[in-house]
Amino acid sequence: MNWLTNYVRPKLQALVRPKEVPDNLWQKCPSCDHLMFHRDMEKSLHVCQHCGHHLRLPAKKRLEMLFDDAKYQRIELPKTPDDPLKFRDQKRYADRLKDTRAKTGEHDAIIVAHGRMGGINVVIAIFNFEFQGGSMGTAVGEGIVAAADLAVVQDAPLIVIPASGGARMQEGILSLMQMARTTVAVDRVKEKGLPYLVLLTDPTTGGVSASFAMLGDIALAEPGAVIGFAGARVIETTIREKLPDGFQKAEYLLDKGMVDMVVPRRDLRATLIRLLSLLRNRNAAGDLLALPVDAVDA
Amino acid sequence: MHVLDFEKPISELEGKIEELRHLSDGGDVNIADEVGRLQAKVDKLLRQTYAKLTPWQKTQVARHPERPHTADYIAALITDFTPLAGDRCFGEDRAIMAGLGRFRGASVMVIGNEKGHDTDSRLAHNFGMARPEGYRKARRLMDMASHFGLPVLTLVDTAGAYPGIDAEARGQAEAIARSIETCLDIRVPFVTAIIGEGGSGGAIALAAANTVLMLEHSIYSVISPEGCASILWRSGEAARDAAEALRLTAQDLHKLGVVDGIVPEPLGGAHRNREQTIQSLSAALDAALGELVPQSGGVLRAQRRDKFIEMGRSGLA
Repeated sequence: MNWLTNYVRPKLQALVRPKEVPDNLWQKCPSCDHLMFHRDMEKSLHVCQHCGHHLRLPAKKRLEMLFDDAKYQRIELPKTPDDPLKFRDQKRYADRLKDTRAKTGEHDAIIVAHGRMGGINVVIAIFNFEFQGGSMGTAVGEGIVAAADLAVVQDAPLIVIPASGGARMQEGILSLMQMARTTVAVDRVKEKGLPYLVLLTDPTTGGVSASFAMLGDIALAEPGAVIGFAGARVIETTIREKLPDGFQKAEYLLDKGMVDMVVPRRDLRATLIRLLSLLRNRNAAGDLLALPVDAVDA
Repeated sequence: MHVLDFEKPISELEGKIEELRHLSDGGDVNIADEVGRLQAKVDKLLRQTYAKLTPWQKTQVARHPERPHTADYIAALITDFTPLAGDRCFGEDRAIMAGLGRFRGASVMVIGNEKGHDTDSRLAHNFGMARPEGYRKARRLMDMASHFGLPVLTLVDTAGAYPGIDAEARGQAEAIARSIETCLDIRVPFVTAIIGEGGSGGAIALAAANTVLMLEHSIYSVISPEGCASILWRSGEAARDAAEALRLTAQDLHKLGVVDGIVPEPLGGAHRNREQTIQSLSAALDAALGELVPQSGGVLRAQRRDKFIEMGRSGLA
């Protein structure tokens, strides 16, 4: 702040504030090192144009991509106690939370929204991987419960999109309990005969994969996403063997019968809409019924 | 007996008593007074040590190799025990021991992690770390119990689900998720007891019960103190600090509302008096079942689901 910003009228502040410049105009594909300009990145939905590698897509971008006209309504989530165990490692968990909240502008690692997809009213709960690795503590559990309750109230299908390393260690046993809690929550949706779909994105592991994420009526996965229970490093040190190529990748899970399909990002919206309209025996908009070729191959 | 580090002063005194007894066998020196004095000292030391065990010490006690295991409880408490095997998909997993039997005269389904007690049996039971087929067997048997209206008793004692290539290939995550789902779905009385280590997803897969009991010096946690230390402190040495921070003791978990009852252990821990521990758990299981048995299946299911949907809405005061 300087004398100018202190004394100009609020409406003029926008003019004198430095313009926000993306700190990284170019991004390197982690798979093939191809450099991508940020605008092209946006256009390709964060998929490398060179090798097709699916980079992580920020939660809000994905919601815009999925909902009709990129329009959706976020719901406010009930608050849970911050730092329920008074956990401290080298830093206090309460401070870590504060930092992450300031950095991300989000309260925790989950966003719950509702809107229309192909005209069908849908509730989506999506993980924000940037918030402490999308780890599941009580607030995330609360988000899944709220999303499930909303789906029941609205008589709407529920789609959950995890991107999470697993349970949040700093909430100890209460994180573990979220596995049982979220299981009850999604079961309530299923009991009403409403579709419960899960889109597994990179990564879906640990306590998240071993609860609601593996209980979808239909399981979709993004290409190359790491999905599994135990972390690769833990397995390697336990069995002292090199892991096979492609281990715990979406395609590996498809091969092992653990997911229904691996869907490229550009076909996701159409595929989800088609599945929902089929499950509920409804006609979706005509152009959306066309089957993307890739989905059939997968 | 395997002696834990912090038990060394106690074990030294016990050694002295043994020596004195040996001496007195040879001559006619009267050492009864001295033995009595030393024994009193041992008891006092045990009481002092065990009254204020740290979470890390409790972790050691919970993993003590001579602590009674699932097989010991079944042998002592379940009559007509009839083991049942297999998940009907892939195989039989001996890391989870299960079957029908009678507890205090009434039919029950018993399911528990078994770690084994010597090298051969530990290998056979994979150190109590189950693969997907173990959880799928548990699920099958819980459904069977529900179908026949039989109460389910589970005994939890595992470092966690097995982290291996084969386990992942066959869907470890899905198997655990389905097992939790079944725990929360069955329409019969369901009591679980954490008897040693309650390790993460591998434990909750069998432990989403109406009544969750924990032995006094057992532990239950989202991750092992060693694992937590290596991730958050970047050093395995910090396991002691991690054990503190994780609140993994029965006493802390009771305060958090995750555990419904603490089952007292004999002075000096379960490994010092296995028989008394087994009887202590027997009484607690009986009391817990007594409260649940009169209730209808629908009420039991709803009570269990309502309990777990509330988990985490409040923390430590």
